[in-house]
Amino acid sequence: MRFLMVLSDFIIPVTVLFIVVFGSLKRVNLYETFLEGAKEGLHTVVNILPTLLGLMVAVEVLRAGGLLELLTKLLAPLEHLVGFPAELAPLTLVRLVSSSAAVGLLTEIFAAYGPDSFLGRSASVMMYCTETVFYTMSLYFLSVGITKTRHTLFCALAANFTGVALSLFLVGQLFGAG
Amino acid sequence: MLNVIWGFFLIGGILTGAFLGRMDLVTNAVIDGGRNAVELAFTMAGVVAVWSGILKIAEKGGMIDALAEKMEPFLDFLFPEVPRGHAARRYISANFAANFLGLGWAATPAGLLAMEELAKLNGKTGRASNAMCMFLVVNMSSLQLVTVNILAYRAEYGSAAPAEIMGAGIAATLGTTLVGILLAKILEGRGKHCGF
Repeated sequence: MRFLMVLSDFIIPVTVLFIVVFGSLKRVNLYETFLEGAKEGLHTVVNILPTLLGLMVAVEVLRAGGLLELLTKLLAPLEHLVGFPAELAPLTLVRLVSSSAAVGLLTEIFAAYGPDSFLGRSASVMMYCTETVFYTMSLYFLSVGITKTRHTLFCALAANFTGVALSLFLVGQLFGAG
Repeated sequence: MLNVIWGFFLIGGILTGAFLGRMDLVTNAVIDGGRNAVELAFTMAGVVAVWSGILKIAEKGGMIDALAEKMEPFLDFLFPEVPRGHAARRYISANFAANFLGLGWAATPAGLLAMEELAKLNGKTGRASNAMCMFLVVNMSSLQLVTVNILAYRAEYGSAAPAEIMGAGIAATLGTTLVGILLAKILEGRGKHCGF
């Protein structure tokens, strides 16, 4: 387990180092190429801003109205039965629909409980190992006119469920449930 | 799908708000939602731009092509019906590589190209091929080994060690991907009997 903690500190710097060293060996114009990519990245963010805006407004309205609390209260007996923290239920549901809206919920959990709490860490790992199932499926399948998606949704939801369970388990084992 | 959900969020939120007497909160939400989104975009802009720059260096240095070659055995197992050297394999590799590095924005264009190539192999049936199902299941099971966005948010909210969750994140990601691949492999042979 200690190895995992060391890996955490090394992986980003080492990834950058590896790519830059490899690039310079291949005589890539490092700085120019970086700027080219960075410019595209900024465009991407500008392009997704309207999506982010629309989703965050919709999610905040949904939450302010209280429908999500109603839903999580209805599911509370089930959550209690399996020992699932109720505070993470909205994130788990929204994560399936929208990455940016889930980020909104993630930062709310950070603000309310702190990123280094059990809930903050679990939510972080959950975001790490899950994807926006419904959005990804619609985007990719509809782009090539596929309507019969067969076992894709079932497999994706099963993987997502596994990820949520693993997040709680691993954070509890590594950092404690406090 | 997203249209229905977005509409449901707004209509459901406003109607519930009216029913529970929380219209003042709903009013604030409309205003705050927009402001929060713009603030979030500012945080994201720096992170996404830096990693797009780094990925560009990897691409121009030929690392993506080299990775596609390294992935051959893995691709043989996941996509046996896609022949070696087919363009779909290159785009799938680029998409997986970008996902490994947590670069969702770089992964999407490559992923769409991969689907286009897989559709050419599939013909115009409107029914997903095994390779398409596998490609999307792997994508939706999350592949990221490096995530920067989450670490940036953790840092922004005052985490003492933003990167401390990466070990658990990588382990959980491997778990979800394994479950996704195994289930897809089991179900893909059963043809239409398990269809949705």
